[in-house]
Amino acid sequence: MSSSTALAPVADRTAAGVVPRADAARTDAAADAGEEQYVTFTVGEEEYGVNILAVREIRGWTPESRLPNLPDFVRGVINLRGIIIPIFDLRARFGGGRTEVTKRHVVVVLQVGERTRGILVDAISDILAISRDAIKPPPDVDAGMIDAAYLSGLYTADRRMVTLLDVERLFAVETGDADALERRLPAAGRDVHP
Amino acid sequence: MEDLSRFKQTYFDESAELLAVAETGLLNLAPGTVDADEVNAIFRAVHSIKGGGGAFGFTDLVAFAHEFETVMDGVRNDSIPVSTDLVDTLIRANDVLGHLLAYAREGSDVPPGTTDAVVAALRRYLRAPDTDANTTGVAAPPPAAPPPAAGVPPDDEDDEAGIFGDALAAIAEARAAASEDAGAGDDDGRVRRIITFRPRHDLLMSGNEPAFLLRALRRLGDAEVECHTERLPALADLEAEHLHLWWTVRLTSGPEVGPEAIDDVFEFVADECDITVTIDSPPPVPVEPPQPVPTAAAATVTAAPPAAPPAATPVPAAPAAVPDAAVRREAGGAGGAGGGNGAGNGAAHTGLTSHTIRVDLDKIDRLVNMVGEMVITQAMIAEHVRDLPPGAFQELLEGLEQLAQHTRELRESVMSIRAQPVSSVFSRMPRLVRELAAATGKEVQLVTAGETTEVDKTVVENLVDPLTHMIRNSIDHGLESPEERERVGKPRQGTVHLSAQHRSGRIVIEVADDGRGINRARVLSKAIEKGLVAPGTALSDEEIDNLIFVPGFSTADAVSNISGRGVGMDVVRRNITSLGGRIAVYSAPGEGSRFVLSLPLTLAVLDGMVISVGEERFVLPLTNIVESLRPKPEDLHGLVGRCDVMMARGEYVRLVYLHRLFGIPRAVGDATRGLVVLVETEDGARLGLVVDEVLGQQQVVIKSLEANYRRLDGVAAATILGDGRVALILDAAGLREMSRHADHGGTRATAALPAPDAPAAAGSATLEPV
Amino acid sequence: MKKKVLTVDDSRTMRDMVAFTLKNAGYDVLEAGDGQQALSVVAANKVDLVIADLNMPIMDGLTLIRRLRAAPAHRTLPILMLTTESDEKKKAEGRAAGATGWIVKPFNPDKLISVVQKVCG
Repeated sequence: MSSSTALAPVADRTAAGVVPRADAARTDAAADAGEEQYVTFTVGEEEYGVNILAVREIRGWTPESRLPNLPDFVRGVINLRGIIIPIFDLRARFGGGRTEVTKRHVVVVLQVGERTRGILVDAISDILAISRDAIKPPPDVDAGMIDAAYLSGLYTADRRMVTLLDVERLFAVETGDADALERRLPAAGRDVHP
Repeated sequence: MEDLSRFKQTYFDESAELLAVAETGLLNLAPGTVDADEVNAIFRAVHSIKGGGGAFGFTDLVAFAHEFETVMDGVRNDSIPVSTDLVDTLIRANDVLGHLLAYAREGSDVPPGTTDAVVAALRRYLRAPDTDANTTGVAAPPPAAPPPAAGVPPDDEDDEAGIFGDALAAIAEARAAASEDAGAGDDDGRVRRIITFRPRHDLLMSGNEPAFLLRALRRLGDAEVECHTERLPALADLEAEHLHLWWTVRLTSGPEVGPEAIDDVFEFVADECDITVTIDSPPPVPVEPPQPVPTAAAATVTAAPPAAPPAATPVPAAPAAVPDAAVRREAGGAGGAGGGNGAGNGAAHTGLTSHTIRVDLDKIDRLVNMVGEMVITQAMIAEHVRDLPPGAFQELLEGLEQLAQHTRELRESVMSIRAQPVSSVFSRMPRLVRELAAATGKEVQLVTAGETTEVDKTVVENLVDPLTHMIRNSIDHGLESPEERERVGKPRQGTVHLSAQHRSGRIVIEVADDGRGINRARVLSKAIEKGLVAPGTALSDEEIDNLIFVPGFSTADAVSNISGRGVGMDVVRRNITSLGGRIAVYSAPGEGSRFVLSLPLTLAVLDGMVISVGEERFVLPLTNIVESLRPKPEDLHGLVGRCDVMMARGEYVRLVYLHRLFGIPRAVGDATRGLVVLVETEDGARLGLVVDEVLGQQQVVIKSLEANYRRLDGVAAATILGDGRVALILDAAGLREMSRHADHGGTRATAALPAPDAPAAAGSATLEPV
Repeated sequence: MKKKVLTVDDSRTMRDMVAFTLKNAGYDVLEAGDGQQALSVVAANKVDLVIADLNMPIMDGLTLIRRLRAAPAHRTLPILMLTTESDEKKKAEGRAAGATGWIVKPFNPDKLISVVQKVCG
């Protein structure tokens, strides 16, 4: 008698042994007097963080299958226990060129709304408990350099600067790009079917 | 009542099914073809909806269902003749019932007047037979002053009363006597009644059990029960299931217990008992229990012991005070008398023995997914085993062979769970036809065949829109008006055939009409007018017919408010193609048109050919593949620049280089060193796909790319291969579109025509490898 | 030992509601969707009470009652008709077929329980 549309993803998540969804994060954290945990990782010399509640799992690199005619920050797709998820190359996304993948590289699997996506990063560095007060707003970066919309703030750990990413915005930007790209591609006149 | 609200979901689900049942039945209902079973099924459907609705207090719905049901009851017992007009009214009533259910489901108020028109129409039928009821006698249903639409039907009022007139007749006297003396209670209002209960000897045969009735009386207050055994025959003469005991009960109860409560206890046995109820003098001491006074008549049996327990224990546990099942067993022997509480017969408590169960779709989907995973794992193991030294591990290989077999069977079984007959879609069409016929003023007969053909649930769901469109198209454009048909010597009534069948692993659905056929001159001139075809182009009849599928063809002046609901046949084709299906039209002027639609039986797995290009692997649906061949250099021809054509089977076929289209590095690139897979798209167009290698045939599980990412041109879906890696499933028609645009800069002139068109210009920049 | 009640109704909603109400009142409840199924349930289980809808496909309630009464083992089995049809003709037919009593839909849970208690304790 129960309808359980959410069941499969939930079970999946439990199997993966990780954490609820990103959108649940805010309410939880709000109750938690302003301290949130972030998983931080490096891409080149830079360190980034994402809210731990958005992180579904962290896995080693497995070869991707490429997708045709997409910008090179879209690495391709992998098989995550039977579901197919896209992998985005964060270095390429930030304009640093395509990552030459080694065994040390990792994929951070993120749950963004209903969707599961992976980001390719160099290495995991830390898990930090960050108080809201300690997060500095991002400076106005030159519009041409990076789109600051997906930066949720900056944090200083020891003497390192950690750039905190808003994963939802990060992928919103990606989708926008992809759509823009599609516009440049010859339109095949085929709608997306639900 | 609160607790019952948990059943609302079940109720709404079930009601939706019942509405559909009723609708199907109503659509089959016609003067002269009244099938009693069908009518009864409709009645039952309405009746069940009403019954459940009453439980949840949906008064508007119940009131309306009652009206509907009353008329159906008249149809059922032949007091209301079936006319086209009646059927229309009943169909409208079914619709209104559906609306009322929707309001109830949303918890919103029913807008005033929702039911008025239909209720009035329904009542017309009740009045009519009522007037000739004189001649028909008993047949007329009880249209006893139908309540106002918002009122509560009579039988619910019965329930309020809790008891029913007929049953009361036998004890009406007693009741009257009781009420006369109703004032006999003392200040506290406690009333003491003396009830004698003399069941007929065959009472047990109706399944009633005096012990339970006496217990029910005890629940009403303090009862002294006295059992009279003087009618008990000698043991030798004892009839196992006959009753010989009778009882006197002295019941002292509060003022809240009226005579109707006593009646209620004896509700079912009134006809089979002598019951008297008399009001005794008020109890001597209101708070103290009455002193039991054994009557002389009861002396043979130990009645209530003299030292009666306090009121807190209304009835002493004296052996004979309340005869329970034990008495009956003693009297009746073991036998097979039900109602005893002996040990069961050892049968397992099987609970439901229903032959079908309802399973949440999610559960089946999970099962399908798991089986999919199993198929992949099994392919993976098979891949590793291939690397083992030949000859060794013979048993392992055999075991694997068996595993593969079982996996295949398991997959087929699981898929068959999802299989549904197309009847669920077909059954919606009679109504559509009826409406369209009414709207267009045409006379149409729908003939269906193959409704039981089964296909995967997802496919069934996706059939509704295309079928609706094709039937619309047939009736609106295909069939002539009755007058025109007569003029050309056809029967006034046009016929639309709808059929389904399995053919070589696919489901084939046909919609055929006996109308005027496609007006090719008009189609062609319209296509030219819209710039879809260059003026002067020579097209075959088939090509002209297929122009109706070209995007942009049927939008503007294909106009009637029936077919022109914003979408044309191009959308139909696109939807079907996206499901891996194909559609074609065959037409003969003056004789009619036939749409043939074929779809895979399932959208969960497909038979595919794994191919490689560079380091990438792809899957091509087997249904698209004609053959694969390695062309000799002399088979290839350059055509005006970069596009190559190849001679295959006496036809020139355009070559599409997958590595160029998808920007794949390190591919073979030369068709004479790689392979050409001859592919036929769903609409019959052929192209030669240039790939590096063909790796083999494999059944693959279709995985969504869109669930976590998005759609991509030329890609139908994705799958997971034996090594766990993802491979894209190619969309042949999409590839053709892409290549066409790549080849000539996006002109969409004859986009849907199968003929290989003249290529031109260079590919766009996006074709370069990244 | 819990009394075992079989509810026979083609309406899932009704079966569910009867089952729920009676289970809460301490009965074991079996279900069947039509008379034919009911017969096989009764054959396989020791049932203390049958509550049967009248208008059902395959085998209606009256036929079910007659078939049960025709079997010596079920001559005294309590059988209640569960029906929205409160008209006397139906009731008389039911009684003639051997029904023990009746419950009119829509029932309220208390009413159902009190009727059930009256015929099977």
